[in-house]
Amino acid sequence: MNEIINMSVLELRDAVIKRDMTATDAARAYLDAIDARNTSLNAYNEVFTEDALAQAGEIDNRLKAGEKVGPLAGVPVAVKDNICTVWGTTSCSSKMLEGFRSPYNATSVSRLREAGAVILGKTNMDEFAMGSSTETSFTGPARNPWDVERVPGGSSGGSAAALSGGLCAAALGSDTGGSVRQPAAFCGIVGMKPTYGRVSRFGLVTYGSSLDQIGPMTRDVRDCALLMNVIAGHDSRDATCVDSPVPDYLDAIDQPFDKLRIGLPREFFTEALNPEIRQAMGKAGEVYKSLGAELVDVSLPHSRIDTDENGALSSYAVACYYLIATAEASSNLARYDGVHFGHRTTRDCGDIVELYSASRAEGFGDEVKRRILLGTYALSSGYYDAYYLKALKVRRLIKNDFDRAFDNCDVLLCPTTPSTAFGLGEKVDDPLAMYLADIYTTSVNLAGVSAVSIPAGVSKTGLPIGMQLIGPVFGEQVVLRSARMFELASGTCRLRPPALGGKQQ
Amino acid sequence: MSGKITPELVSHIGRLGRIELSDQQVVTLQRQLSDILMYVDKLKQLDTWNVEPMVYAVDIQNVLAEDIPGASLSADEALANAPQRDGDFFMVPKVLGDS
Repeated sequence: MNEIINMSVLELRDAVIKRDMTATDAARAYLDAIDARNTSLNAYNEVFTEDALAQAGEIDNRLKAGEKVGPLAGVPVAVKDNICTVWGTTSCSSKMLEGFRSPYNATSVSRLREAGAVILGKTNMDEFAMGSSTETSFTGPARNPWDVERVPGGSSGGSAAALSGGLCAAALGSDTGGSVRQPAAFCGIVGMKPTYGRVSRFGLVTYGSSLDQIGPMTRDVRDCALLMNVIAGHDSRDATCVDSPVPDYLDAIDQPFDKLRIGLPREFFTEALNPEIRQAMGKAGEVYKSLGAELVDVSLPHSRIDTDENGALSSYAVACYYLIATAEASSNLARYDGVHFGHRTTRDCGDIVELYSASRAEGFGDEVKRRILLGTYALSSGYYDAYYLKALKVRRLIKNDFDRAFDNCDVLLCPTTPSTAFGLGEKVDDPLAMYLADIYTTSVNLAGVSAVSIPAGVSKTGLPIGMQLIGPVFGEQVVLRSARMFELASGTCRLRPPALGGKQQ
Repeated sequence: MSGKITPELVSHIGRLGRIELSDQQVVTLQRQLSDILMYVDKLKQLDTWNVEPMVYAVDIQNVLAEDIPGASLSADEALANAPQRDGDFFMVPKVLGDS
């Protein structure tokens, strides 16, 4: 069965449709792998064994009867635990939503099901998607399959660990400031943050409404394009979901661009950049040049990354992001009141404000409280102009920089993260240090543009290095095709951790 | 005009955000929020005079739906996750005072 868990989504789907194997075989192979290894990775919060086998059986029956099946027929997929499913619970890895059962499926989940995917279960995450290591989870941290003493990144760390650890064929994550791309980089997989409005967020538990997007996590770029084909597109139940045609992202995916202009944002290649990651980016640039691409110097002044006098990383974009995201979170998370759903204190409360305040104190973890309070402060009377409004103006400056950069290039190339996967516990007591793990990713969400993180190699210490390709609004096609060019030419695709038989590069 | 983060201010924000805070949490949060606000203060270095605030990531038009009744959750489905219910109602402690 070891073979099945190494297949790409396309290979697995084709094998099921050709009836070389059954969807039930595929589901069982993954359920067995989960049984064997989830305890050490803590990638899943919940596994839907019976439902997954029933969904796989239904695909097999349809194939037996000669009926048509969808483009993800029999593909076992994991879903981040902040995306609603009618199976099991949707907990956001929070005590607040422990046991919460959604009455409906998120649109992205319905579309996966319509395409024939089998939903394996819900993956671990930072509580309410607030974190960059999956350590703020109420169910305990997920671990990196490349080194279980290191974090898988976050907040979609459970999805990344499950995929990299061979516990699903593809996964859904959500990305508010880097939460798909950063764990993808840490775990050596592909992760996409689509353009704001490209994928429906109906059924995604809201964190930062003007930033959140659902994105696919896969072993290679073609699989990513296939999942985008399934989940992208208009949905009348999400008013921010744009009603414009979705191209076939697999179309010409293997065909390299003759003339590709790749912008290198000079503010991302400052002295603050880790030398080994700089070297990997340099090599990637050489690969593109050998394919006929042109490397162009571009400028994103308001996303500049520096080191301050204390040696700490410094960025306007991260400052801007943490004001806007927390302001939105403080408003969005007001719905957890201990009345309609979610945790309620057992204390005998004298009035309703005490009921709210005690339920929220008990239900939320430290990081969620910190962000709600920071956002509450940024929006409060007397500070609104100095913090929230200021951040919205800086956001415009950041967006304008991207617009100008794309006048001179087709995609931007830069690191996904300032370091490879860090150790468990290394940053948990220093919230600011944790926020800086997103230093290369937050400006993409602020600008609303599209980006993918793909593996660019492995460090001397044996950990994956991620590389980010950023495209303009609705630039998914050019982003994916240029990512595929690199993947084919460099051979860094489908990295496998040593524990799963991958060899060090 | 960043205000200094005092323990009183942390408690005040806690009340606004409807989160009870222990004395120990107030002390920790005072330090952590001060660090974070000192960091975000760097935005003041940027001249944003005459810059239009950016509220949405992409230009979004008002989206209007036809006023057509459709299927919605039944009362039982809507109440299924309620911590406490009373028939078709959510149950809460007394909202208004005695007097």
